[in-house]
Amino acid sequence: MSARAPDPPGEHLPDAEAALAALADRMRSGVAHDAAFVGIYSGGAWLADRLAKLLPGNHPVGHLDVSFYRDDYAKKGLKAGARRSALPFDVAGSRIVLIDDVLYTGRSTRAAINELFDYGRPASIELAVLVDRGGRELPIEPAYTGARVACARTLNIVLTRGDDGRLALSVEPAGA
Amino acid sequence: MAAGSGLQLDRDGRLVHLLTLEGLPAATIRSILDTAEPFASIGEREVKKVPLLRGKAVFNLFFENSTRTRTTFEIAAKRLSADVINLNIGASSTSKGETLLDTIDNLVAMNADMFVVRHAQSGAAHLIASHLAAAGHSHVHVINAGDGRHGHPTQGLLDLYTIRHYKRDFGALAVAVVGDVLHSRVARSLIHGLTTLGVPDVRVIGPKTLVPARVESLGVSVHHDMDRGLDGCDVVVMLRLQNERMKGALLPSSGEFFKHYGLTADKLARAKPDAIVMHPGPMNRGVEIESSVADGLQSVILKQVTFGIAVRMAVMTMVAAA
Repeated sequence: MSARAPDPPGEHLPDAEAALAALADRMRSGVAHDAAFVGIYSGGAWLADRLAKLLPGNHPVGHLDVSFYRDDYAKKGLKAGARRSALPFDVAGSRIVLIDDVLYTGRSTRAAINELFDYGRPASIELAVLVDRGGRELPIEPAYTGARVACARTLNIVLTRGDDGRLALSVEPAGA
Repeated sequence: MAAGSGLQLDRDGRLVHLLTLEGLPAATIRSILDTAEPFASIGEREVKKVPLLRGKAVFNLFFENSTRTRTTFEIAAKRLSADVINLNIGASSTSKGETLLDTIDNLVAMNADMFVVRHAQSGAAHLIASHLAAAGHSHVHVINAGDGRHGHPTQGLLDLYTIRHYKRDFGALAVAVVGDVLHSRVARSLIHGLTTLGVPDVRVIGPKTLVPARVESLGVSVHHDMDRGLDGCDVVVMLRLQNERMKGALLPSSGEFFKHYGLTADKLARAKPDAIVMHPGPMNRGVEIESSVADGLQSVILKQVTFGIAVRMAVMTMVAAA
């Protein structure tokens, strides 16, 4: 491909663990003590697990796989390796913090909100993201953000988790 | 080449139609089973629906009677938010190729997106798929819901799903398929699936008159003594005695059949203690299976029905996206 990012964008990526600490700080004052943390697979699910331990209060943790609600199914088909969503609490009446690793177009968030409503009517939904890279295509804004980054359209930002549980951010070509 | 196996995958190997398990690659079968996994949880939710097939028109074309299969296909399509149109076309009204294809052309003119077809003639679904391809309607998908004695691929897949759910790994299993194998499209599909996934020990058990000639060529062993055939099995699949397909005197009586090939607690004791008992339904209690076994702890017969919905959702989702 000739269209390359002008700079090596890896240099501009924040440290994932530092971004998580910043996100936890921002959530500490705002999040209800009984709010359920719902992470979007796979990165958001890891973050939800970590945040539930980091933050005071009692936070039931759920995981969502939004594959069945994505708006690009007709174009791209179903993603291989879709998993079961698991929401081990009553969604109806719950205060929910939806957690994702990278916020970009907002389409995954929309899909996640749609899916949550098929489990029940939550009292509220807030959005927390590790990284906000801009580029929204829907009217969606996070309540809590760990870090903001600029990133070329040709690249995806990916969260990975090492064997020791440490999180790391990296980039890969979009459409891979 | 098996009927349909060339048509059902596109050039990129994606599933376009599901016509037969014969010749379907192991990777495709595994991917259907994997895809079904998350669909299985949707039935337990407040809103039992996902929007994947919103706006799609699915036609259930049943030229042959069916309650369970038609209902579970209907539920599967509705849980995917598709619009479902059920056409129960009496077996007597159409049996000629032209009439069938005329029906299809009319439904395509009504903007059908998918056909789920049950037909007494082997190869009916394949015929429809070839016709659609020839007429340039390759965006319309066909799922075989049972064609004559040939196959019933979604039943085979849900059987595989059930086996995997309870036994995890296909690589060391002994599976016995018992009863009226001759008339059973369910058996044929399941046997193809089991051998493709590498099950090392597939046994067919039944009287000589109800076991097809040369069935060993499919990679199975044949037993006419049920006790010996069930010895050490992990999975026992009972087939329905298909009275309506029985022509001529293949059996002395159903009582005689039960004596030799009906699954009783005593016979089941020959299998492994944790063996599961399956049946595609509808069951003839007291003919191929004893009530206490059908309702017993080892029976997973009703789980098969539930899993069948998830498997059919997976197949519909995969073909619709191709």
